[in-house]
Parts: sequence; structure tokens; C-alpha cells
Amino acid sequence: MSSASTEDGDVPVDTSSGPSRPRPIRYISPAALNLHRVYEQNRQRLQKKDGAKVPDPTAPQTKGKPRLLLMGQRRSGKSSISSVVFHKLPPSETLFLESTARIQKDSLSSFMEFQVWDFPGQIDIFDNPNFTFDMDAIFGEIGALIWVIDAQDDYLEAVARLNATILHLHRSYPHINIEVFIHKVDGLSDDYRLDIQRDVTIRIQDELSDQGVENAPVNFHLTSIYNHSIFEAFSKVIQKLIPRLGQLEAMLTNLCRTCRFEKAYLFDVNTKIYIATDSTPEDMASYEICSDYVDVIIDFTEVYGSWPRSDQWRARLEGEPWAQPLEGQVACEWAESGMVLADARRPIMLREVDRFLALVAIMKEGSYEKMPQINMNIDVVVKGLTEFFEITKPKEGAGGVGPPGLVSPGLG
Amino acid sequence: MGASPAAVAGGDPMGVSAAAHAQLKKVKKQKVLLMGKSGSGKSSMRSIIFSNYLARDTRRLGATIDIDLSHVKFLGNLTLNLWDCGGQEAFMENYLSQQRAHVFSNVGVLIYVFDIESRDVERDLATYVNIISALVQYSREAKIFVLIHKMDLIQPMTREDVFDHRATLVRRKTAEAVAIVHKQKPEQGQQQQSSPSPTPTPSSSTTTTEPPLNLQLFATSIWDQSLYKAWASIIHDLVPNLAVIETQLASLGLAIDADEILLFERTSFLVVSKWTSPEGERNPYGDRFERMSNILKSWKHTCSKYTGTPRNAEQFSDFEYKMGATFSMFATKFTTNTYILVCMPPGEARFNSAKLNVAAARPWFKFLDGPVVSAQQAGGGGAAAGMGTPDS
Ligand SMILES: Nc1nc2c(ncn2[C@@H]2O[C@H](COP(=O)(O)OP(=O)(O)OP(=O)(O)O)[C@@H](O)[C@H]2O)c(=O)[nH]1
Ligand SMILES: Nc1nc2c(ncn2[C@@H]2O[C@H](COP(=O)(O)OP(=O)(O)OP(=O)(O)O)[C@@H](O)[C@H]2O)c(=O)[nH]1
Ligand SMILES: [Mg+2]
Ligand SMILES: [Mg+2]
Repeated sequence: MSSASTEDGDVPVDTSSGPSRPRPIRYISPAALNLHRVYEQNRQRLQKKDGAKVPDPTAPQTKGKPRLLLMGQRRSGKSSISSVVFHKLPPSETLFLESTARIQKDSLSSFMEFQVWDFPGQIDIFDNPNFTFDMDAIFGEIGALIWVIDAQDDYLEAVARLNATILHLHRSYPHINIEVFIHKVDGLSDDYRLDIQRDVTIRIQDELSDQGVENAPVNFHLTSIYNHSIFEAFSKVIQKLIPRLGQLEAMLTNLCRTCRFEKAYLFDVNTKIYIATDSTPEDMASYEICSDYVDVIIDFTEVYGSWPRSDQWRARLEGEPWAQPLEGQVACEWAESGMVLADARRPIMLREVDRFLALVAIMKEGSYEKMPQINMNIDVVVKGLTEFFEITKPKEGAGGVGPPGLVSPGLG
Repeated sequence: MGASPAAVAGGDPMGVSAAAHAQLKKVKKQKVLLMGKSGSGKSSMRSIIFSNYLARDTRRLGATIDIDLSHVKFLGNLTLNLWDCGGQEAFMENYLSQQRAHVFSNVGVLIYVFDIESRDVERDLATYVNIISALVQYSREAKIFVLIHKMDLIQPMTREDVFDHRATLVRRKTAEAVAIVHKQKPEQGQQQQSSPSPTPTPSSSTTTTEPPLNLQLFATSIWDQSLYKAWASIIHDLVPNLAVIETQLASLGLAIDADEILLFERTSFLVVSKWTSPEGERNPYGDRFERMSNILKSWKHTCSKYTGTPRNAEQFSDFEYKMGATFSMFATKFTTNTYILVCMPPGEARFNSAKLNVAAARPWFKFLDGPVVSAQQAGGGGAAAGMGTPDS
């Protein structure tokens, strides 16, 4: 039964990934490195201050990578979530996923590096007769524990296990955010969703305060892989792990004010998680349209931008009457796009910030005519963002390889 | 060559013969039968393609009672008379007996849908054979499209095998059914297909005694782009003046130095016609046309949800995307019934002049919006006047 234990007694969990998982491209950008540094400082400061347990320093490959742990009952949807959000599996194909037998570890290189650990629902790591798990190796990094509850099923046992888990973790790892995904809410009425959320919240809070635990960092999200809610929820989870988030938000708020944008998001292009937005109120509808716009751009990029053109093609285009390298003929070396919605001629725009990030914004009515000024403002903000992430620009005239960003993951 | 694009399109933009002009004036009507067992997904696909349903909306569709007849205006000069035939057994029997002549005469296209999950394959095939016999009896020229549907329910790994297996079976049954009908009426067996359309039908041309089998098979699902691939093929041969459209897209493409141009019908977002440069032909994505339809259609749904306007309403007008020094593209409302998507080499000047030229070329394509009244209107657009060279 304990399929997670391995031959090698020192290694607590199997590190091999499932056979069918596509591996993400490995690439550490200067931005990511910089974030690691900040993150690492943060972590050490917090640990000094609170005297929380210091993680085992002999696990160098996992150091400085925030870790997202997906836990919950069998068939609650953990592997589906990880496949849909991080591997672009179409939601309907999760029907064919098999039950997870071992911990699936994924490393995701994006604007910062994450680890996503998908646990088998059938294993209770705190109460396992066959194996003692090394808790530090699992919970030693600051990150988030995502507890998935199937809202279409009887959830009492899931809630009981979650309570036990929180109590176990509370003493040694108080900085782990507990994020409860009340999942599979597609097909449930709005009222019913809220009822469940209320019920689950009360059951957890009551139990925790009975045990004398106050202010445990527990948050709730209503999610489904069949719509944007799962991406929204992950966005919120990941934003909590970003150092100096406030500064990013201030930049976007400023941009919205100067350009009369309704809403602006900084997206991680590969996962469609937004890592920051301006200070106007949350708005699921604008997140959805911006996120779908990213999808459109990714698709177009893959189809038309991911294969090399011939030398003759380039030679002809760089010959008379243009007589200039293609790089010199373009106005912007990064991807940029705009679309006018028929309704009130409201434009939506996208601008690539670096290899991983893109700025997407919805503008106010009629602002399409002011695009030139807007583009100038965007240039300024993008510069600010790249400074924030300390990105070194790719070398000038590095011809032939195409621009650095928006490479479709399948072809990287 | 790219030096003076104006020269390329400077002449008669159409190169259209008088005969073709005469053709532009007609509205073509096509009878399209949609048949298959009850629950196989006929009404679902029709609603998605022509009425902007989302795939999940189709769960609410009830069984079709008898025949649901709709007239779909596709471009200005083609009307599809779509016969969505309820597939319950009693109805099917009725089509084959009492309504036989009514249902099966003057058919342009039969679309037959098989549910891949159906348990009783033998029986499904027997019904299919009866339908084919009736069709060949009354409309021997009709094209047959067989869709092996709901492929999403098959494990992705085995989809291809499952489809190939079923396709072989259907091909054989079709050939048998056609052969039997022709044995009954041998004097008609020699008739030759006059249409020069290069339909890749495997069983055609080998025998001289049997007429070529006008059969195409597709694996489809409402949950992915495969549906657009099948339906684009279905409508492709029905569109009138296809040669004219293709010629004009080609001269436009050359004039603006594009790598690819796609022309979409505005409601279905099916690809009506396309042109690709030699460089564009190197694109490894062979499925890109149906993929574009799928992307744009779901984008339309997103917009409609956001703006709160009806799904059938126009949702976006102009789109631009410049991917640094790799490529650029734009899409725009073109004629009343079409959108155009243009993929270009990178370059600011090239892009701007292409946009102007596409706008200027609109009059060449006016005939897509309805029967052309006079030759002037179609040919005299003066499109070349707006053509700019990159240094202008
Ligand atoms: N309706 C609905 N079904 C979902 C959703 N997410 C996952 N599922 C389905 O739930 C089933 C189980 O999903 P898995 O992801 O394998 O569950 P798991 O939590 O990884 O299970 P174990 O590996 O056994 O622990 C699959 O059939 C999914 O299609 C959702 O948001 N809505
Ligand atoms: N999984 C899956 N379900 C589909 C697909 N296409 C249609 N369906 C479902 O099949 C059911 C029946 O679809 P209909 O379109 O009403 O079937 P029909 O062929 O019109 O049936 P009759 O009108 O009785 O002849 C609906 O619930 C659809 O959602 C598909 O590609 N995959
Ligand atoms: Mg699993
Ligand atoms: Mg029906």
C-alpha cells in the first residue's frame, strides 16, 4: 500500500515524474535568479524572527524554490489541477488520468521557480504504518499547502483530514499558507457553492479554536478546472509568495491612471496565472477576457512564430528597397498586440515584458485613437518592470534566432 | 520582387472571364442532409457551427422531432438548406419509406454522423447502408461526408486506430451499397462525374463500371477543432465562385507580400478560402486552418460574455499582432460576410502598407456579399490606387 516509500531509505519520496508528463523547459532568467535572492533573504529573516524550524540545508536542489503542495482525498482532483494549470491538459482529458501512486514533483521555471508536488490521495503522510516521512523535506520551504476538497462528494472526511493536517503543521511550520480549494464547483448552483464554503469554513475554524489554534493562515477558494476559477485561485496563492508585490501593484495602478485603462494584469504567459494587477477591485470578467487574450496570442505565436523561416525569405525582405536587417525594420523587438472589441470600440492590448511575463490591459472606450501615447507610457512601465526584475536585455543584432519571448512550450 | 507590389496587382485585379461574371450573379442553393442515429450529435454540431452555441450548451438539446429545416445564409451568394433529420428509428423508417423521394431528391450533400460510442455497430451500419441506397437512387451526384463523431470519448492514444478501423468498415459498406444500387440500374452506371474538384476519394477512378465514390470521412468531436476541419471541407466545395476568390486572394497576397491569407465566413468562422506563399507552405502546422477557426470562434464567445452582447453579434473589428522580428499579422472585418486574416513578414512599413492595401481591396470581394449587379462594381474597385511602396 505504501507505494511512496522507496528502495533508498534516505530519500523520503520518489522523485520521478510520471511518464506522460511533458517536462517544462529549464531556463533560469536573471529575473528568476534575482527573485531567488530576494525570496531567500525573506525566508531567512522570517525564520530568524520567529524561530521557526530551519530547513535542512543538505537539499540544495530545492533551495529557494517556493513549493506548492497539492493534498486531499483520492479523486478530489489534485492531478487534474496540476495538469490543467501547469501542463495545459484540456480539462475534458483529465477523465483519463490515473490515480496517483507516488508523489509527483514538478519543477516549473517561470518568472520565478516553483515546485509543485502532487500527492497521492491514498497516502496519509502523518499516519502511515509503513513509512515515516521526513517532514522537513516536505514542508521545510515556505510555500503553500493546497488542500483540494471535492465539492460534489461527501466532504466530511476530507475536512477531518485537513484539520488534522493543519494541527500537525501549525507548530513546526507556521508560515505555510493553507489554501483550501473547494473544487469541482462546476455544475453546482451559486447558492449551493456558498453554502458549502460556509459549512467547510465553520467546520475548520471550530475545530481549530477547540484545539487552541487561532489565526492559522487558512484561505478558501471555489474552483473548477472547467473555467477560469482554478487559474484565479492559483494566482492568489502565488501572489502571496512574491516578494515586494506591492511595488508591482503600484506600477500597474499608475499605468492605469495615466493611460485610462480599466484594468491591467501582469501575466505569467505559460500558466496564465496573473502575478499582479492594479488596485481597482477584483473583477473576474476582466481577468477572463485578458487570460483568453493571452491564449489567443500564444496560439498565433505557436502557429506562425515558432518555426524558422528560410534564408532566401530573409534575404529578400532585407534587400532593396528596404535594405535593412529585419530587426531594424520593426518598431518593437518584443511581442505587442491590440484588438478592438466591437462593443463601444473598447480596445484590449498585450505587451510582452520578458520571456515569461506579459502585460495585458483593457482600455476605456475610444482610447484606440490615442494608441501612440499609450504605447509610450507602456514602454516606460515595461522598463520599470524589467528593472524590477533586473532583466538584462538580449544582445543587439542577435539575428536569426527570433525574439526571446513567447516561445511556445511545446517547441522550446 | 517585393519592390513594387503595386505592379503585381495593377492590372485587372480579377482576371475574371465573362462567364465567371455571369456566375457571380447567382445565389446558389444547396440541400444538405444531416443524418445519423438519435443522439449521435447532429443538432449539436449544427448549433455550434452556425448558431454560436458553446459545446457545453448542446447538453440541453432535446431530440429532434422529424426534420428540422433551416436556411443558413452562408456568404451572400450561397444558401444552405440544412435538413437536420431526427434520428430516432421511427423517423428513419419514415424517411426511407413514405418520405423517400421528398427527403432524398436534389441532395447536394449528405452528412452522416456515427456515434463512436454506440454499442450496436452492426445495426448502425445497416441503417447507414439503407440511407446510402436511397441517396444514390435519388441523388447520385450527391457528396457523402461521414463523420465518426464523439472521438473525445476515446482514449487519445487509440483514437487514430479506432478511427481507421471504423473508416475502413464504412468505406466498404458504402461501396457495397452503391454497387448494389447500380446493379439494379446498370444503364446509369456509366455516368461520369463531371465536377473537376480534386476530392481525394480513395475508391474513385480505379474501376470504370462503378461511378466514383464521392465519400470523405472525418474523425470529429464538438470539444475540439476537428469539427471545423470537417465542416470547412463540407462547405468548401459548395462555395460558388471559389476559383474567383482564390485568384483574387492570390493577387492580394502577392501584392502585399503576405505569407498567408485566410478568409473566414463571419458567423461560423469556417475558412472559406486561403492563400499561402511558398515560404508560408513551410509552416509545419498542417492543422492551422481549423485551429484558427476554433481560436477565433472561442474568442468571440469570450468577448460576448464580457460585453454582454449576443453571441451572434459582431464581437471584434480590428486585431493586430507583431511578434518582434519574427512575423506580424492582422485580422479585420473584411466584407459584410467575411473576416480576413493576414500573416506577414515583420516590418513596420510593410505592415502599414498591407493594412491599407487590404482595405483598398475590399471592392474586389464585394461579390461575396451578394449577387453582383454589374461588372463595374466587382472589377472597377481601383484597388491598386491605394497600393503603397514600403518607402512611401
Ligand atoms: N466536474 C469536475 N470534475 C473534475 C474537476 N477536477 C477534476 N475532476 C475529475 O475528478 C477525477 C479525479 O481527478 P484526479 O485529478 O485524478 O484526482 P486526484 O486527486 O489526483 O486523485 P488521486 O491521485 O487518487 O489522489 C477525474 O475524473 C477528473 O476529471 C472539476 O473541476 N470538475
Ligand atoms: N462527448 C461528446 N458528446 C457529444 C458530442 N457531440 C454531441 N454530444 C452530445 O450528444 C448528445 C446528443 O446530441 P444531439 O445533437 O441532440 O443529437 P442528435 O444527433 O441531434 O439526436 P436526434 O435529434 O435525436 O437525432 C448531447 O448531449 C450532446 O452534448 C461530442 O463530440 N462528444
Ligand atoms: Mg492524482
Ligand atoms: Mg437532433
